[in-house]
Amino acid sequence: MNLWVLIGIAVMVGGFMLRLNPLLVVLAAAVSSGLAGGLDLLAVIAAFGKAFNDTRYVSVVWIVLPVIGLMERHGLQERARSLIAGLKGATLPRLLTGYLLLRQATSALGLTSIAGHAQTVRPLLAPMAEAAAQPKDEQEAEQVKAMSAATDNVGLFFGEDIFIAIGSILLMKGFLEQNGIVLSPFELSVWAIPTAIAAFAIHAFRLWRMGRRQR
Amino acid sequence: MIGLTQVYLLAGLVFAAVAVLSARDASNSKRWGNAAFWALLALSMLAGDRMGDLGNGVLVLGLVAIAGFGGLGRGQPADDSAQRQERAARHGNRLFLLALVIPLTALAGTFLFKQVPHLVDPKQVTLVSLALGALLAFVAGLTWLRESPVVPVEEGRRLMDAVGWAAILPQMLASLGAVFALAGVGQVVGGLMTQVIPSGSLVAAVIAYGLGMALFTMVMGNAFAAFPVMTAAIGLPLLIHQYDGDPAVIAAVGMLAGFCGTLMTPMAANFNIVPAALLELKDRNAVVKMQVPTALPLLAFNIALIWWAAF
Repeated sequence: MNLWVLIGIAVMVGGFMLRLNPLLVVLAAAVSSGLAGGLDLLAVIAAFGKAFNDTRYVSVVWIVLPVIGLMERHGLQERARSLIAGLKGATLPRLLTGYLLLRQATSALGLTSIAGHAQTVRPLLAPMAEAAAQPKDEQEAEQVKAMSAATDNVGLFFGEDIFIAIGSILLMKGFLEQNGIVLSPFELSVWAIPTAIAAFAIHAFRLWRMGRRQR
Repeated sequence: MIGLTQVYLLAGLVFAAVAVLSARDASNSKRWGNAAFWALLALSMLAGDRMGDLGNGVLVLGLVAIAGFGGLGRGQPADDSAQRQERAARHGNRLFLLALVIPLTALAGTFLFKQVPHLVDPKQVTLVSLALGALLAFVAGLTWLRESPVVPVEEGRRLMDAVGWAAILPQMLASLGAVFALAGVGQVVGGLMTQVIPSGSLVAAVIAYGLGMALFTMVMGNAFAAFPVMTAAIGLPLLIHQYDGDPAVIAAVGMLAGFCGTLMTPMAANFNIVPAALLELKDRNAVVKMQVPTALPLLAFNIALIWWAAF
């Protein structure tokens, strides 16, 4: 076993701890693990380039930014704020718990891309959360925004696996099949339900406590 | 057939337009750095398939060189919050209709495009719907708000500047995962894991599996990369074959234990670092820190669930 290939992990951890630019750290990690794994430098760069080209779909999401910017220019964030400020019972825990439930439910139906950090969190959810929480200072405002993003992630992660045709279910099915275990997607996805309920309970409890602290 | 090619073409055009406007942004002292960065990304989207592996690798070196050595700057955005307030009051809640165009197109596309597999690549329904939604909202916004097409692109450039190098970090990390796989990092980690588990203890094996899934996901930034490694190292040989556990529970809940790791790592950049950049938070790790208190109890729940339900 060639333990040297793990050097890339050490580079990652060290680079992040030293707060170097993450793009540099990632490239350095790839080169060091690749060299340790017996590839030459040009082969590592070519392998990285091929993978970068194959994963371009990851960066496609930015095409929504011009439209988001246009709506922000016309006051979308301000509108989202005043909508929430005008509702009497709109507290931070209620707003984010409602969003959590909606995000989990739609993800469980396979509708994972109808919300997201660029599409909904920045233009709508974060300003609404701020209006509902009425933070006292900058630090509290940061926490409210970070919690909005966190709530979107929790809702997505622990909803999507209930859907039978999501990538992770297909990956599990494929991997088990290669090892001689044949399962239907449904047999796997049904086991995402208990964790989905637990995720909702834990996160909703934290939101409730956050609301109480800020009162 | 509409598929990735058309989506990449659109993305390439958007990045190219952002590059041109960056070059013209006099308020940004590093405008040429920004322009070169987005131009390289546009080139990757438009011509990546014709550049060869090494060509793409050199392109990545260029991107990293610009961003890694402080070549990216940020223009001074004109703060016209009074104007925004005034416009918001005038447009009223109809603005939300425009904001709903992208989600509703994604919703409709998910159902409708599957019916026309000869028209839209069934594997790329999500991305095609997203691109179509962005286009529809773009056209609807221009028509309704009576703006010239330069205005949204200029706003897009402002937001892209705010995101900066974090925009390509998710793609870089995905590529790192591929190089790690090539170098055999997964097998080595899996091999090490099997050596540290005390033999004969079911509880220890379950805990090692759940924790290992979360930890390796934190290292790789992606539960998909951790799943085959941990399942091959612990899940299959120990939990399923030796202790006769239920493979459905072990696989499904094991993956979710990995998702708990995703919540706790800056390596999952598109979920954890990008939103911090988008929301312009001071602390790059603010979202991760917010998620850890949810992720840890949930990880414990998942490990307990495997132990209780699979055996």
